[in-house]
Amino acid sequence: MKIFFKIFQSVLFFIAALTSTASHAALEIEISGGSAQQIPIAIVPFGQALTGNQEKIGDIIAADLRRSGLFRVLETGGVASRPTEISQVKYAEWAVLQAQAITVGDVTALPGNRLKVTFGLADVLKQTQLVSMEYNIAPGQLRLTAHKIADVIYQKLTGEGPIFASRIAYINKTKGRYALQVADADGVNAQTVVSSKEPIISPAWSPDGSKIAYVSFEKKKPVVFVQSLTTGQRLTLANYKGNNSAPAWSPDGTKLAIVLSHSANSQLYTINADGTGLKSLIRSGAIDTEPTWSPDGKWIYFTSDRGGNPQIYKVSVFGGAAQRVTFQGDHNLTPRFSPDGKFLATVRKDGSRYSIAMQDLTNGQVQILSEGGQDESPSFAPNGRVILYASRVSGRGALAAVSSDGRVKQRLSESGGDIREPSWGPLLD
Amino acid sequence: MNRSIWNTKLLGSLILAIALSACKSTPMVDKPAAVEDKSPQTETVAPAASAADTGASTSSVSDSTVSGNPLTDPNNILSKRSIYFDFDKDTVREEFRPMIEAHAKYLSEHANAKVTLQGNADERGTREYNLSLGQRRAVAVKKSLNLLGAQDSQIETISYGEEKATPGCADEACHQLNRRVDIVYEGE
Repeated sequence: MKIFFKIFQSVLFFIAALTSTASHAALEIEISGGSAQQIPIAIVPFGQALTGNQEKIGDIIAADLRRSGLFRVLETGGVASRPTEISQVKYAEWAVLQAQAITVGDVTALPGNRLKVTFGLADVLKQTQLVSMEYNIAPGQLRLTAHKIADVIYQKLTGEGPIFASRIAYINKTKGRYALQVADADGVNAQTVVSSKEPIISPAWSPDGSKIAYVSFEKKKPVVFVQSLTTGQRLTLANYKGNNSAPAWSPDGTKLAIVLSHSANSQLYTINADGTGLKSLIRSGAIDTEPTWSPDGKWIYFTSDRGGNPQIYKVSVFGGAAQRVTFQGDHNLTPRFSPDGKFLATVRKDGSRYSIAMQDLTNGQVQILSEGGQDESPSFAPNGRVILYASRVSGRGALAAVSSDGRVKQRLSESGGDIREPSWGPLLD
Repeated sequence: MNRSIWNTKLLGSLILAIALSACKSTPMVDKPAAVEDKSPQTETVAPAASAADTGASTSSVSDSTVSGNPLTDPNNILSKRSIYFDFDKDTVREEFRPMIEAHAKYLSEHANAKVTLQGNADERGTREYNLSLGQRRAVAVKKSLNLLGAQDSQIETISYGEEKATPGCADEACHQLNRRVDIVYEGE
């Protein structure tokens, strides 16, 4: 695996990563914008006790923090000392760089082909250690451990929840073939879960991250499957007459909301995760689709054109009357909750432009977050700070991400690929 | 015995007229399938298809001017399979009536024949919503076929949404071709 790294400016950077997996997928990430108050941090290269093909753990941490737009990662080449633990840090050296925080660490071999990763984070101005951690890992977990360390730093210095040690799923259409792929949140380690010459859409992570539900047209019609990421085994969740689509997991992972058409318009159903217990949720003569569960498990929000144009409605998980939720914009589609349940992302249509909007569910205020065009498929990061979505650039699909305050924007694309239908998975253990 | 295409069309038009006038007084209600109904998809593959072929070749024997299967004979209206729709609409335009009449007639005369109506949408909007839009168009065509004598059991409506749409359409003429229902006979 090779990682190419280039910094344009403090707030604009670009990373391309080539992975050695069978799919050869490589997502390039380009970032623009950033917080006005970026935290200057020095990330000292981790200890050189191990040589060879070891991942550059400090580079992975630096890339994560930069991508958030909340950090300015300082150039450390001008400082001679290379501390590997906080007790070795000479604060004056790092204060010259105007570093507000410093991280140091080391990777050493343990018996039984294990690795010990240590790291410390200190406040340069107060000259105090903020945190120190030690991980006993298998060599294959080095990259994940780097993401976890980045999460610890990010949480400690921003107060936000973790985000980096997570994965994303998306559909990659290359040379007429559709692949459901899963990659680390930084676009590295892309692996194909399932591929087909017929379309695949609507991947949805189970809340524990062990399975993905999706819609495949491999039987010449939309059918919902649930596939285990650990064993690769898959279950045909719904293959009824007509269409089977739009799977959405309940927060406890025991049920899914799905959309079936039978011989009429799309309608909402719930079904147990093992494919039993199909129940109609709400009936209408209109199109009801794109269900999603509120994080408290009490409501299902969905897209319906019962009012003439597609807008978001909600219905109790026990059924009953639907209530309209969105009132701004020509159309609103694809409701998606922030993890805390306070915000609802939608695809909003104004005129001929589709953009990603976010509605505050407590006061009804709406903010448009993306520039718009053919933006769709919003998906919140595990900490709610970033929304990943699909956009189109000159007819081809690319992923994009925007911070929930609209300030930091990222674009993820693969050369030659057509990437769409992103879904951000839960944090990894 | 040796019916001409013109007679067939005339008969079809009569059936359509009767069906449409009947429709005004008793609107057809599209019954949702029972929830417990597992899809019978996997049970029927080759037999029904060959039955349809048999029906087709029987008529060609009696009419030497028609060669082979009427469903694929380019001179037969049954070889026409695509119905196009206006933006955000599921109304079947008048120009497609003769084609729908012909398929309804074929289905009513070939009880073993089955069709899938594949709805499609242009790429504007979300994938799942477009799946539902394509479905609504397929349902509109199904209702027309039902009115003209095709049985529910002969028709499955599905949708590809925008998945088969020509990507990167720059104008309405391109989008128009993507808003479509295709009639596909079982075994094809």
